[in-house]
Amino acid sequence: MSATAHPNARRYGPSAFGDDLRRFWNLTVTLAVTEFKLRYFGSVLGYLWSLVRPLLFFGVLYLFFTKALKVGKGIPHYPVYLLTSIILWTFFLETTSGCVQCLLAREGLLRKMRFPRLVVPLAVALTAAFNLVMNFIAVLVFALATGVEPRWSWLELLPLIALLATLAVGVGMLLSALYVRFRDIQPIWDVTSQILFYGSPIIYVAATYNSAKAGLEPVAVTFNPIATLLTQVAHAFIGGAKLPSAATAAGGTARLLIPLAIVAGTFALGLWVFHREAPRIAERL
Amino acid sequence: MTSTTSQPAPPTASPQSSAPPAVVVHHVDKAFKLPHQQYHTLKERVLHPFRSSTFDVLQAVDDVTFEVAEGEFFGIVGRNGSGKSTLLKCLAGIYDVDAGDLHVRGRLSPFIELGVGFNMDLTARDNVMINAIMLGLTPRQARERFDAIIAFAELEDFLDLKLKNYSSGMTVRLAFSVAIQVDAEVLLIDEVLAVGDVSFQQKCFAEFHRLKDAGRTILFVTHDMSAVERFCDRAVLIERGKMVDIGEPTAIARRYNEINFGRVVPHLGPGGDGERFGDRSAEIADTWFEDEDGKRIAELGHGHPCRVCLEAVFHEQVEDPVFGFALRNEAGTAVFASTTDLQGGPTGTFARGDRVVVKLEFLNWLVAGTYSATPSITRAGLGADAVDLCPDVVELIVHGWFPTGGVTNLPHSFELERA
Repeated sequence: MSATAHPNARRYGPSAFGDDLRRFWNLTVTLAVTEFKLRYFGSVLGYLWSLVRPLLFFGVLYLFFTKALKVGKGIPHYPVYLLTSIILWTFFLETTSGCVQCLLAREGLLRKMRFPRLVVPLAVALTAAFNLVMNFIAVLVFALATGVEPRWSWLELLPLIALLATLAVGVGMLLSALYVRFRDIQPIWDVTSQILFYGSPIIYVAATYNSAKAGLEPVAVTFNPIATLLTQVAHAFIGGAKLPSAATAAGGTARLLIPLAIVAGTFALGLWVFHREAPRIAERL
Repeated sequence: MTSTTSQPAPPTASPQSSAPPAVVVHHVDKAFKLPHQQYHTLKERVLHPFRSSTFDVLQAVDDVTFEVAEGEFFGIVGRNGSGKSTLLKCLAGIYDVDAGDLHVRGRLSPFIELGVGFNMDLTARDNVMINAIMLGLTPRQARERFDAIIAFAELEDFLDLKLKNYSSGMTVRLAFSVAIQVDAEVLLIDEVLAVGDVSFQQKCFAEFHRLKDAGRTILFVTHDMSAVERFCDRAVLIERGKMVDIGEPTAIARRYNEINFGRVVPHLGPGGDGERFGDRSAEIADTWFEDEDGKRIAELGHGHPCRVCLEAVFHEQVEDPVFGFALRNEAGTAVFASTTDLQGGPTGTFARGDRVVVKLEFLNWLVAGTYSATPSITRAGLGADAVDLCPDVVELIVHGWFPTGGVTNLPHSFELERA
């Protein structure tokens, strides 16, 4: 008998993707929905917490930076800017930080069941995406209430958020796969994400930073894809001279290829590492 | 590390069937590296770059090859730590194999642990849906089969109860129902059935039989030889990761017992320790069990003929000694005893230096368990003065029948007549 004797044979090793994309998607959605349901399980306000949390954070930052430090002075719709940046950052942080220990948290499943390993970090990202959608509705209401005009450029937000998600998932895959081998990833990422938070124009605006210390800001916007994306989001969502496009802030459209390459590179690296580690995750945990 | 190339299939193990086998395991290896110390942080790695390089390799599965035909009930047996569970996890697609080829045709439902992924904070309804999707159903299929799952588990009244309020028996029932309703072509059953009560186990086995009749392939991992003999068509015996034997379940069960209990194959040296009675004018030099072919055994299937034997040396002349045996079960009850005195006439005169081998043949109607034999030589007459008596010097393991509650399982049949 030859190999053709098993026309429908499938090899049964664990992998990142599995062999059935529909099942892959079903599993991801199921895990994400379950996680989302469980997160606020037992709390009185339930889903409302996913709105209240970033709003409270926003409130603190807003009061502190606009009233005490006067950071947002002169920027139109600074509260909207702050809130938008915060919910996008929350999405990124939730995805990446959630991914770090996600495989360990699902140890029982990984050790007992055959399913595509990539489902686990993707479900974390999807849960974060659900939260982002809820939060974004709140931001929209807030923006319209404070007088931001609806514009066609709002459509730009979709590809921009997709890019942010790509970056977050890329980092998430990398972190989750590495954490199985090195438990130091947790504190390393705690520190790194703090640096990223202050290194990205979330509280401040890239353009004002520019005027204070000329020259540095195009570098930040060029080499920090989060900064690039947030700058462009603000430009598309609120607009105005004080919120320039990412191309302007970076100092040339061609320069935007660098953050794009970083996003693509991070995603590819994360995918490669995860794919390589996937068959052995169950036994290394 | 991983073998992705598809090698030619090994010659099929069951030539009578032309259908491709449901499961192919072809020279599969799986080893685990066991570092002497686990290094989990970068600092440890940086500070001790070479220390972590010492590790033991545990060859959990070593060149195992077999095929399982479609519709076969196939047993994988071995002791704890023999590698059978690792093999199962390879089959289930949880571990990747180091070398060799492994194929499973069709959908596989692993019963490795029931209720994996059950969330105690969700209702039974939610958990069933999640678990069914995990096991490979689409959400629509899961919805369609939902009622059947609940009906099988007999939990209609507790649908919206959170799982943490379920008893463990209810949880297992629910998990089993989901797994069985996934309707996989190949079922992998680890010793999950140990968890339920007896009636649940019966229901499970009935269900497995129904599935087998429906043409499903079942791989059953166990160390319960009676279950192997009762359910399996064929079995493979694994010991230290290596395949020892493959074939008829009865033969495999015997082999398994030989390997695991073989070391207690009887030997009673002269002047053996332990309590001994008698004046030693004759001495029992050896005691053993043997099968009908005269081969020494330590285990025996229920219903097979066998002999219990002793060899004795006479130090003095003894007239008409009485040779006897008693078999005791684990509880210490003598379940069977007989002597030459009861059987026949006088045994004759034995002179100093004479050797004798006495064999008592019987059909083994004993139920599964461990039995010990007490051989004895006594003087003729009612006084029954012991010449030599060695209590419980040799053991026999009987397997092959479920405990019935009685100490023996005599040949029997039922007859029912309605008046």
